[in-house]
Amino acid sequence: MAREDKLVKLKIDNVYKEYEGRNGKMVALNGVNLDIAENEFICVVGPSGCGKSTLLNIIAGLLEPTSGAVYLDGKQIEGTGVERGVVFQQYALFPWRTVIKNVMFGLEMKKVPKDQTEQIARKYIKAVGLEGFENSYPKELSGGMKQRVAIARAYAANPEVLLLDEPFGALDAQTRVQLQTELLNTWEQEKKTCFFITHDVDEAIILAQRVIIMSARPGRIKKIVNIDIPYPRTQETKSHPRFLELKAEIWNEVYQEFLAVRK
Amino acid sequence: MNEKGTKKKKIVISDKVWLLISLLAALLVWYLLSIGEATGRSFPFADKVVPSVKTMIDRGAFWKDIASSMTCVGIGFGLGFVTALPVAFLMAWYLPIQKIIEPWINFIRNIPALAYAPLLVITFGVGQKPAVILIWICTFMTMSITIYQGIKNIDVTLIKAARVLGANDFDIFLKIICPATVPFIITAIRLGLGAALTTLLAAESTGAQAGIGMRIRSLSNSFESAPMLMYIILLGIIGLVLLKIVDMIERKLTGWQEKIN
Repeated sequence: MAREDKLVKLKIDNVYKEYEGRNGKMVALNGVNLDIAENEFICVVGPSGCGKSTLLNIIAGLLEPTSGAVYLDGKQIEGTGVERGVVFQQYALFPWRTVIKNVMFGLEMKKVPKDQTEQIARKYIKAVGLEGFENSYPKELSGGMKQRVAIARAYAANPEVLLLDEPFGALDAQTRVQLQTELLNTWEQEKKTCFFITHDVDEAIILAQRVIIMSARPGRIKKIVNIDIPYPRTQETKSHPRFLELKAEIWNEVYQEFLAVRK
Repeated sequence: MNEKGTKKKKIVISDKVWLLISLLAALLVWYLLSIGEATGRSFPFADKVVPSVKTMIDRGAFWKDIASSMTCVGIGFGLGFVTALPVAFLMAWYLPIQKIIEPWINFIRNIPALAYAPLLVITFGVGQKPAVILIWICTFMTMSITIYQGIKNIDVTLIKAARVLGANDFDIFLKIICPATVPFIITAIRLGLGAALTTLLAAESTGAQAGIGMRIRSLSNSFESAPMLMYIILLGIIGLVLLKIVDMIERKLTGWQEKIN
């Protein structure tokens, strides 16, 4: 599986981002370069404040880099676009819309005919296991169910790249494991390019083909680790000797950065 | 305590029964006030107050007063609402507008309407016109601030989520900002109605020909406490009915809202 002969879907080219803070300039990202292949599953780990969310927001087009650029299929991105879907940690469901209306939102924006919209929405609601909850409001759902709706909503808009910003961070351990498995299944079926941010090393190894370790502020890529464990991966993978090796390696790197932040 | 609790059967009283008990308690207090030597003069009991409705109808005042006051409240509140809504959105959208307007709204909001009511009479003359304008001013200020703060509190993640799903500025206004603002608009309506009713007395001090506020004032000049008390209670009932209507609208429109109990 040589990455060179695969198509570069997303190219992050020397992205630099600084914020105007209270104590002067603060550099959030200091020259990030990364090529992500089509259908690749990338996980980004790093201590909090390493700029991983900033990077995701730049790819999504919600933030502009101070310098550098992001290219999708060789074209520089400008602003947001439906070809880049986002799943937020805080779910970001529209509370006044029912589950099905939430999932239909992206399709409505695309002006897809109504009868098709509903059909597509139902398909993805079924895919995330929420059949029967189509007409529930978000307030009636648990955290895990809300995030399933958010994932269905992102998928229904049919993006080419899916950006996930610590999507399972607020969930309990059991729900988290379940959603990881579901996400992997969906990814294996739909084959979208996934860019997944997490601070959970186990989660990163279970999901990703490559794990990107970011350094403490100013954020840059410290190390890229290939996860050479074949799919399908399950919870049993976690006791795989290779898994434990990778976990020790990545954990050690992340911990060093964590200590650097503490200093 | 627990052992006692299990032996004793807990009596569950329904809300309706509580309401009845509360009503009876109020009637008792009212009765006690009415037999008091000093308080009896200002608080005649229901047997004198209720028939005064008929007295006022016979005098040809009752319905005219209600109609006049409700016209003032209706038009004043209506104008207040339709002006507060765009101003609140403009303040939320454009910083200079907010910076210039907001301090003045907060400044005038704290001045009792009764204080500047005479100024309006100088410009607009006597009658319903200054009354309507006074209610307009008061309801506008309460509602514009409430709606503005609501728009400011909209979760930005929702706007981001809509944007990455392909929404343009217009979609975001119509499909995110508007529905997200509805709960605050309802709150603003509730506060605005309260403001309209409390301003009514000040508003009808501007030489109104009829109206609940004006009547209370004129009855007080002739020491007719029974019809006066009747009008005061009437004001309370109107307020209660209006709030119930708002509650109903709220349940219809914002059933999706997460409630903290």
